[in-house]
Amino acid sequence: MTQKPRQKPKMTRKSKRLILIGCGLGFLGLAVALVMTAFEDSVVFFYSPSDLAVKPTDPDRRIRIGGLVEDGSVSTGPGEGEIRFRVTDGGATLPVVYVGILPDLFREGQGVVAQGALVGETFKADEVLAKHDETYMPPEVAKALKEQGHWQDGAEGATRKVPGS
Amino acid sequence: MHRFANPTRFLRLANAVLPWLGGLTVILFGVGLYQALVISPADYQQGETVRIMYVHVPAAWAALSGYTALAIASFTFLVWRHPLADLAARAASPIGAGFTAIALVTGALWGQPMWGTWWVWDARLTSVLILFFLYLGHMALVNAFDDSDRGSRAGAVLALVGVVNLPIIKFSVDWWNTLHQPASVLRMDGPKIAGEMMTPLMIMAGAYFALFGVLMILRIRSLLAARRLRQLRLAVQET
Repeated sequence: MTQKPRQKPKMTRKSKRLILIGCGLGFLGLAVALVMTAFEDSVVFFYSPSDLAVKPTDPDRRIRIGGLVEDGSVSTGPGEGEIRFRVTDGGATLPVVYVGILPDLFREGQGVVAQGALVGETFKADEVLAKHDETYMPPEVAKALKEQGHWQDGAEGATRKVPGS
Repeated sequence: MHRFANPTRFLRLANAVLPWLGGLTVILFGVGLYQALVISPADYQQGETVRIMYVHVPAAWAALSGYTALAIASFTFLVWRHPLADLAARAASPIGAGFTAIALVTGALWGQPMWGTWWVWDARLTSVLILFFLYLGHMALVNAFDDSDRGSRAGAVLALVGVVNLPIIKFSVDWWNTLHQPASVLRMDGPKIAGEMMTPLMIMAGAYFALFGVLMILRIRSLLAARRLRQLRLAVQET
């Protein structure tokens, strides 16, 4: 190990492996990035109402939509057990009709993700999930914030992010 | 780094550190769990269910850090052929798999009352499930060959390929619409978590990382002993 002549080829083998692994990982990262960009649409868990307005989808295709439940939009009926509300992302709104049990976190101003299909202009949901936002605080703090008027109800919970930017 | 790569020197250091790290783990878990489950306040939306977060989030951090450790050890082994790096990689994958399993299970337990579902195939949940399978794959692959060195090399290549999953997990909640909420602590505009909830979370994170260190030392020690035993057996057979 200590002889001078052996030292040199060993160094080159080491750096060769280093370069090989480096290049391999670089190409792999590039390939994955390309695949991710190509499959952007299938990786997205839900579309926002604005997405649907821009690119119309097949009416029979099952999709998920997400956004905030618009304030004052929740009502029941006219059909048996029907719950109607509008989902908004600030830009566009979409009326939703749903028959079933709502999650505990469901309320006006709350982020939701609904699964179903577009029937005409209305989204007919067969599953509604609540989307929780990333804010954690004790109830007293939330109350104080509301009193001081610093409250943004679920402002970031389900708004559409611009992907890849 | 090479100074500690000698197994004898590593063992001496590890044996000296182990009781302290073990004690620290017990204290941190005691204080952290008491703070998280008893003292800390309920959440304004989630109520008492928020307490799952103190077990879930640090487990996920440990799962990601464990994979980073596995990847660094694999890289060191592939380039410098260091036997101790190989042992560190073999030690890391079951521990990381354990933390990933904790994160997945506690996440499902939280998701059922909060979201209304145990599991969805969104980008965050799916990429963490892939992380779990990468760990299991590494564990299986390193032991799949009669020649343990070939197993180590194959496992190291798998571990390095899996590194692409780490940024995907971290940024999945920013790149795509997911049901899982974005990061609350490690974000550009500062944490979105109240101070009295942050403290127990950080103590729990310390506890998880200390536990990670203890388990690593124990596993590397037993892997070293197993290798020594194998060498002795071979020596006996040859004589």
